[in-house]
Amino acid sequence: MRSTKYIIGFAAIVCLVCGIVVAGSAESLKERQEINKQLDQKKKVLGVVSLYESGEAITAEEIDKRFADNIQAKLVDLSSGQYVDVTAEEIAAFDQRKARQDPARSAVAESNPAQVARVPKQALVYLKLKGGEVEKLVLPIEGKGLWSTLYGYIALEADTNTIAGMTFYEHGETPGLGGEVDNPNWQALWPGRKAFDSEWVPKINVKKGAAGTVAEDPYNVDGLSGATITGRGVGYLVQFWLEPDRFGAYLANFRNKSLNGGQG
Amino acid sequence: MAKNKEIILDPLFNNNPIAVQVLGICSALAVTTKLETSIVMSLAVIAVMMGSNIAVAAIRKFIPPSIRIIVQLTIIASLVIVTDQILKAFVYDISKQLSVFVGLIITNCIVMGRAEAFAMQNGAKASAADALGNGFGYSIVLLVVGFFRELFGSGKLLGMSVFPLVNEGGWYQPNGLMVLAPGAFFLIGIFIWILRWRRPELVTAD
Repeated sequence: MRSTKYIIGFAAIVCLVCGIVVAGSAESLKERQEINKQLDQKKKVLGVVSLYESGEAITAEEIDKRFADNIQAKLVDLSSGQYVDVTAEEIAAFDQRKARQDPARSAVAESNPAQVARVPKQALVYLKLKGGEVEKLVLPIEGKGLWSTLYGYIALEADTNTIAGMTFYEHGETPGLGGEVDNPNWQALWPGRKAFDSEWVPKINVKKGAAGTVAEDPYNVDGLSGATITGRGVGYLVQFWLEPDRFGAYLANFRNKSLNGGQG
Repeated sequence: MAKNKEIILDPLFNNNPIAVQVLGICSALAVTTKLETSIVMSLAVIAVMMGSNIAVAAIRKFIPPSIRIIVQLTIIASLVIVTDQILKAFVYDISKQLSVFVGLIITNCIVMGRAEAFAMQNGAKASAADALGNGFGYSIVLLVVGFFRELFGSGKLLGMSVFPLVNEGGWYQPNGLMVLAPGAFFLIGIFIWILRWRRPELVTAD
């Protein structure tokens, strides 16, 4: 029989050694993981505007090239809905999640069904350009599903109403149930549907059960079996970010061609 | 050395962790839709099991019996986190597909089972052999299941088209069952059936 002291000492040493191993590996691999993450986000942006097909084999250089050739990133001031005049370097360094946590650069959101606690004052949008014209707009979205916060993008056509695509790049929903938001077949149900009603109030929603075709049922997307709450969350969070206090003002400026910086 | 060879070969068929002991089934169902994820998952499990078996065997004489399970679990959990970090750094896409199942290696009964049943009683070398054997035993089932699921479920192997699909102008109508978890259930069942037919001594009396 070992003494209690020995047991506690042994446990402490095991914890210490394991802790060092875990922390060491996490810290030393962080940089590579960060690069992978950014590449994956770029891939998602390309995917949501149909410049990349899910499962397509593609090199990192090709992703960067497609991104540079077709996509322009812009910083938007959410309350005025105008572009912020910043350099490309500042845009590249902009981290929306950090901005959201910074009290000086974000505000507490009013109680909302998407359960978003804070909204940044500025947000990064991506424009898909074609022949100098903006063809599609990609807006970052986030909000609660069942277990986790889902982070993703919604793409709108230049009429700012027709959805061009919807995707998530990070979430912790149950694989096979809520995790099916990653299923390309489900994401394919989004394009063509309408985000706003005739009064420009966000109306797109995820329905429990099956929705009709795009023509019959433009405001609803099929729910996912076994993932009612995740689906509801997705509907809420898409609506949340399209409201006037978020991207609504910017989208209105875009429609009315009253944006600064010449675009749109 | 002959003994180590036996330790490695025995879990392949005679004492296969999945097919004979029916352990580790949940990950075998979840990650085998494609051959590629099956391979990466197999490697991850082998790496974790090697590490945990060697580590536990090396310190087995110092582990106080009253907290041995917790110590084993701490070691396994740390190794799993390290493995997960490595996958995220080097094969990000696959690690995304494996999602929670890498983390769930912690609860894979095979890893803990080998640490407790073998590494606690044997030296580091024999424990490494045992981990390798059981890891291969697990992998062989995963690879067989992954091979057939990808082939019949999506007409591909390692992402390369083998059977051209109907909706891409070919002749093969993919079997939807294979893409879903129950497909793996049937395949593992067939695997166990063949194993027991070839080796009747494995059949337990009713």
